[in-house]
Amino acid sequence: MFGTETKKSTAVSARQIRRIILEQSRRAHVGHIGSALSVADILAALYGQILNIPAPDSPDRDRFILSKGHAALALYAALALKGFLPEAQLETFCADASLLGVHPEHVLDGVDFSTGSLGQGLSIATGAALAARMQDSPRRVFVLLSDAECNEGSLWEAALFASHHKLSNLVAIVDLNSQQALGYTDEVLRIPSMPKLWQAYGWDAQELDGHDSAQITRAIRNLDTAAGPPHVLVAKTVFGKGVSFMERQIKWHYWPMSETEFKQAMAEVANA
Amino acid sequence: MRKALIATLSALARREPRIVLLTGDLGYTVVEPFREEFPERFFNAGVAEQNMIGMATGLAESGFIPFVYSIATFAALRPYEFIRNGPVLHRLPVRVLGIGAGFEYGSAGPTHHALEDLAALRPYPGLTLVCPADCTQAQNALLKTWDLPGPVYYRLSKNDQLQVPELEGRFDLARTQVLRNGEDLLLIALGTMAANALAAAEALALKGVQSTVLALSSFNPSPDSDLAEWLSRFSLAISVESHSVSGGAGSLISEIIAERALNCRLVRCGVRTAPDGLSGSTAYLEEKHGISGEALARTALREMEYARYSK
Repeated sequence: MFGTETKKSTAVSARQIRRIILEQSRRAHVGHIGSALSVADILAALYGQILNIPAPDSPDRDRFILSKGHAALALYAALALKGFLPEAQLETFCADASLLGVHPEHVLDGVDFSTGSLGQGLSIATGAALAARMQDSPRRVFVLLSDAECNEGSLWEAALFASHHKLSNLVAIVDLNSQQALGYTDEVLRIPSMPKLWQAYGWDAQELDGHDSAQITRAIRNLDTAAGPPHVLVAKTVFGKGVSFMERQIKWHYWPMSETEFKQAMAEVANA
Repeated sequence: MRKALIATLSALARREPRIVLLTGDLGYTVVEPFREEFPERFFNAGVAEQNMIGMATGLAESGFIPFVYSIATFAALRPYEFIRNGPVLHRLPVRVLGIGAGFEYGSAGPTHHALEDLAALRPYPGLTLVCPADCTQAQNALLKTWDLPGPVYYRLSKNDQLQVPELEGRFDLARTQVLRNGEDLLLIALGTMAANALAAAEALALKGVQSTVLALSSFNPSPDSDLAEWLSRFSLAISVESHSVSGGAGSLISEIIAERALNCRLVRCGVRTAPDGLSGSTAYLEEKHGISGEALARTALREMEYARYSK
């Protein structure tokens, strides 16, 4: 029903991603807004500048796994702006019989893997990176993790394997927004230093501003994805970035917006 | 069964470059032939079964057919949610090789006894579950299922000598195999229990009781038509499984009897009690849980006696 409406967009911008996040979460009256806003600039860099995806089913496309699946709305926005998802289909977000749920489903074109259960994406990404190497393909694998997701032990199993086998074509990005569902990460399970933790596992780690798309793009372009260890970008972000009353507020992990809040949020994002 | 399976897998891998073998740091003296022949397609994932299944998911999406190898409890239960959200949800051709059906790791204790792996994996319609009864059938089953489009779980014996001559290696998805014919009693054996059921049938024959013995090796897709056909011919059937009676063969057969309103009483032989701390050999544990050949024969005679009295 949306097939003919797909259009190639000119720009995948963080501002447009944020607009879509706000519009659709308002329409569907659902939460996870803060988590989605926090990764808008990262997805703008990936889908605007980095990912090599001639078509969503090209075998040698770069793979992308949104391991923090609860930010799926940001991914849908990026896919729509990229032209892989008809914009009208966004209106089905969280509707009955929709492919656009709160967490992404691989059945949807442009979604490589279904996610939603934290701690599984890095393992899948590691397998995908190993496959690319075995097939002698230049494709790379990107995986976006949440900082709270690093609570999951399984993630560190994958981190060990990827570094042991020097999967240099694997790039993890940690959305370090310092929050999780019930509190601030420092209060729940403190990780003294995220980059040092990854370095201890043998990864090439660097910290950067997760809201500076240009910096993220530069950093990824400078990575050696042909040899050496796997890479992690620890992206310092602000939960709820771009909407003043959501920023750093725990309640916006789950809370939906009122009409008044929506109008203010849209105005702030438009004027940012 | 492990060595036979790896031999067949190696033979397949010679002509099929998509086959990859991952192990969770297990399979000493078993996986080496594959590793030596295909070093670039063999990976020891370390003691990290969740990641092993997750990686297999990523490999399969890229076109590989990954086989993952571990002891059945560690292969099926530790990474259970990875199996669910990975190969099952994505319908990818990951093959899980679970070694040590039931009590085969006898004195290793309850952490190593696979008594609920099938119950855990049974709810997934797209996950093929194969429980070979002997080495030859395991090889034949592998040849018939290795390239299925969806995931497969193989519940395997660690006994490399296990042979059930009556089976002649036969295997077909959604079918049972007849191992022995008799008119008094129907014994339906899950996977490796075929040998025990045949031993029971032999003992029963000496007492004048003639049994039909069926091998149930294709657990999903389940051989519903075959089972219904055989159950409809008997008034007493005994299911035999080195598995919990809940969620395994006994449950499957009960469902068929109930849904088709068959006039057959079913006695489920399998594990009904929690571990009590006492370990021992496979033979000891099978006797204790009523699934040794002798225990099965005793149960059969008791139940036939009961049936006579209650008529």
